[in-house]
Amino acid sequence: MAQIVESGGGDHGKKGKKRAKKGSTHVDMTPMVDLAFLLLTFFVLTSTFSKPKVMPLNYPAKKIDDGKKAPRVNNAATFILSGDKVYYYRNEFYPKSKPGPNGPTVFEEANFGSGENSVRKLLASWNEYVIKNKVALDKQLDKKQIADTTYDRKLNELTVKREAVKVLIKTDDKALCKSFIDLVDELKIASVGVIAPTDLSPGEKELLKEKN
Amino acid sequence: MPKIKMPKGSPTIDMTPMVDLAFLLVTFFMLTASFRNAEPVTVETPSSISDKIIPKNVLMVTLDRDGRVFFNLTDPEARKEMLNNMLSKYKVSLNNEQIEEFSFMSTFGCTMQELPAYMSTEAAKRASFPTKGIPTDSTKNELLDWLSFAATAAGNSGRTAFEAAKLKGVQPKMEDFKPKFVVRVDSKTLYKDAATVIDVFRELNLNNLNFVTSAEAIPVN
Repeated sequence: MAQIVESGGGDHGKKGKKRAKKGSTHVDMTPMVDLAFLLLTFFVLTSTFSKPKVMPLNYPAKKIDDGKKAPRVNNAATFILSGDKVYYYRNEFYPKSKPGPNGPTVFEEANFGSGENSVRKLLASWNEYVIKNKVALDKQLDKKQIADTTYDRKLNELTVKREAVKVLIKTDDKALCKSFIDLVDELKIASVGVIAPTDLSPGEKELLKEKN
Repeated sequence: MPKIKMPKGSPTIDMTPMVDLAFLLVTFFMLTASFRNAEPVTVETPSSISDKIIPKNVLMVTLDRDGRVFFNLTDPEARKEMLNNMLSKYKVSLNNEQIEEFSFMSTFGCTMQELPAYMSTEAAKRASFPTKGIPTDSTKNELLDWLSFAATAAGNSGRTAFEAAKLKGVQPKMEDFKPKFVVRVDSKTLYKDAATVIDVFRELNLNNLNFVTSAEAIPVN
């Protein structure tokens, strides 16, 4: 049992002196130990270690519809989320009635894995320019050649360049938040800087209906 | 063969080191534990690689998987200001105790009409309060009012905190005191429901949003 064993009280005192009672000083510590372990178990089970994290995402400002056409975006990619499926196409949308230089737009299917046709692989190849340059910037930051404010500014400049891919995210009514967050997460992994969640156009809606 | 003699001493084990350790661990867990506030909804957030820790002064809109909307403002002073503005706008009244209690609550979700009933419900039973959450439809957009009052109130209290920090001699960054806007969605919430909430934020010209996510390992390539 848990107990404090008092080593035999001083026997070296003078003989005539009054001595304290010599009875055992054993204290039964068992209840205390029980309590300590009870508390320990409670705190171990209730404490939450990982604080929730946040993922920042800037939405485009709400504009008053002034009838002007949206500006052309260089090197754009559009992801369409429908249910648990992901479709994508590059550059502008060309409906069947008005095909572009490479014919009408076709939705390709992608997935959130890491193998063939995964969003990660696709983005890594499309955004190679930024990823390569980011590695160089990271090295400079590690060696403290540039300040972190400069790093942020340079990274920002990099992601709006012509060579950098810009991504539009469109969702239909059945899309889940999980796939949206997963997609934004993949975009952050591939250091895509320009992310714009927008609405489906009527032409895209029609094509999506054919797909499903 | 001689028999093995069992030692005759008492089978007492000195447990003192173990007890010491147990109390050390208890102390450690007691001091590090941060308790989660009681939430009226359970939300399973999606995961991302982001390592940004949730900021202090936040306006948080929570969407559960049925698309019900809940709201939370962390700063108690700002909460009181926001609530008073809301009460006078919707002509709903609460007693002082309830206003006081509201300012220290966390996430809540009900219509303005339901608020007095919601506040007089016992704290433990609020999770099962029958409500459809804060209305966001365009005809009766209560979330818009909550958000706009909350943004002003949190902005004011942030500024006060900034001035107070400045007087202390440290050089604070205004950015750290500005209220941040956080959306917490369940993995299974429909994005279109989240989009209506996000549109309310954008209506107020609050475009820099943060999504609450749980941590995930960064893929190595």
